[in-house]
Amino acid sequence: MSTEISTNVSKQTVLQTKKKFKWGSIIPFLFISPWVIGFFAFTFGPLLFSLVISFFNWPIVGETKFVGFQNYIEMFTNDPYFWSSLAVTVKFAVLFVPFNLIIALFLAILLNQKVKAMSAFRTIFYLPSVISGVALAMIWAWVFSGEYGILNYFLSFVGINGPDWLNDPNWALVAMVIASLWGQGTMMLIFLAGLKNIPQNLYEAASIDGAGKVTKFFKITIPMLSPIILFNLIMTIIAAFQQLTLALVLTGGGPLRSTYFYAMYVYENAFKYFKMGYSSANAWFMFIIVLGLTFIVFKSSTMWVYYEGEMKNK
Amino acid sequence: MKFGKSLNYTILIGFSILFLAPFFWMVTTAVKTPDEIYLFPPKWIPSDIQFGNFMKAWTIQPFNTFLMNSVIVTALSTIGQLISSSLVAYGFARFTFKGRDFLFMVLLATMMIPWEVTMIPLYMEFNYLGWINTLKPLIVPSFFGAPFFIFLLRQFIMTIPKELDEAAKIDGANHFQIYSRICMPIMVPPLILVAVFQILGSWNDYLGPLIFLNDQSKYTLTLGLSQFRGMFGVDMESIMAVTFLICLPPLILFFIAQRYIVEEVMDSGLKG
Repeated sequence: MSTEISTNVSKQTVLQTKKKFKWGSIIPFLFISPWVIGFFAFTFGPLLFSLVISFFNWPIVGETKFVGFQNYIEMFTNDPYFWSSLAVTVKFAVLFVPFNLIIALFLAILLNQKVKAMSAFRTIFYLPSVISGVALAMIWAWVFSGEYGILNYFLSFVGINGPDWLNDPNWALVAMVIASLWGQGTMMLIFLAGLKNIPQNLYEAASIDGAGKVTKFFKITIPMLSPIILFNLIMTIIAAFQQLTLALVLTGGGPLRSTYFYAMYVYENAFKYFKMGYSSANAWFMFIIVLGLTFIVFKSSTMWVYYEGEMKNK
Repeated sequence: MKFGKSLNYTILIGFSILFLAPFFWMVTTAVKTPDEIYLFPPKWIPSDIQFGNFMKAWTIQPFNTFLMNSVIVTALSTIGQLISSSLVAYGFARFTFKGRDFLFMVLLATMMIPWEVTMIPLYMEFNYLGWINTLKPLIVPSFFGAPFFIFLLRQFIMTIPKELDEAAKIDGANHFQIYSRICMPIMVPPLILVAVFQILGSWNDYLGPLIFLNDQSKYTLTLGLSQFRGMFGVDMESIMAVTFLICLPPLILFFIAQRYIVEEVMDSGLKG
């Protein structure tokens, strides 16, 4: 490397220095320009456009017509699938978000011990996270099979006669939660990273003061981990609201629309019924819900998230 | 104490079985004869292992074409992502300019936008450009960086001592040379992480191909696999055989790059 740099020395001239000075102010923008262009072309532009067409009757072919708030009024007052799909998504989120956080945290704590072969266990727990949503759905479709699936086989050991998961309106959504939990590895790793960053001397000091395991968990682990819990909570909520692949591949929204997620409703309005304006209104409503939830979580976080920096400067 | 440790292992092994059983179930089904598939209680080890199932299943649909499309999309988008995200990350990490912190906030905020909101305009945009039913919508956006990768790489660049840059600057290197000759070689570990995540993301992507591709000749593997399930007369061993083959590259990649994935996620993932 040093030879390369020294050849550059010989190349440099006074003229270039002057030129560089002139160009200096736009160089930073040259570096970030790919993102800036991409932001306008693939994120911000579409975001605005989506808001605009949500006020239009916009079929994929044919005439577009400005309709004001008609799309929004229509979905709130005259579309049963809007409410039912929203209910399905909320139900999914209520089940999935807490379970996902608790299981990911539990597994991370399990993995944060000093025992042999820990990295092997870490690998195994993360493994499902690297395969695709479709492959995951294919595998679980077979695992959930009512008559021949291994899930019901395992359940039969403890005397439970398992349902026909994917064909039972009472259980199909639960099945999706289970399949989603299988791929929770990333969240687990993030928790594990957080656990490793907690200074050991906190625990030692607590031990000297006579704190037991449970006390240490609630008085040290949870507060120290709370910023990461916040991050994971928000990410899980966002993910729950966008759940679509599993439903599309596993059940197609059925049985009896028990897994007809809000995201699927948006998708079908756009690409099955080609109501682009209406579907954009649906999507914006979801965006606002997600923003609102994130805002509430952030606001409440001052009550339960503990930032180390508040106590001592990093 | 002893009891606690063996309890730990019991729990760890119990969870390992839960995580591995579906994989094992897939593999064992893939090599079964038809009459051993529909048995209850299930048969874990097939008595007659049918490796021919893989070949048979692969030829039911033009999976070679799908494979080719998946490889093209994955390779090109990974190249694009490595170049663009590292450039942008360098820009955010190594310069101070007006509005930088605001822009970076915007960049992070875009991670929260649900894809449903941009899906329809993107479809229209790509339609306008004549890109629908081509692989371009799945490739081109990768050449403009992804917020998460930019964030990851920026965090890493900020840990590289500025003295290195200064030294190179004195020797007459310009910013592009500092980026390409100094930062890039040091950045190899997080770049591997970006590459792995992008490869997994592209390979596993389902909604992108579903929305932007129509003709079977353009399908990627995930899309081909999903069509498989609804097809009449496709048997379970074929579905599991193809699923297994599609899972294989990500699993192999994961085992090769494990150290980077697990440790880099843990090291650089959340320090901000």
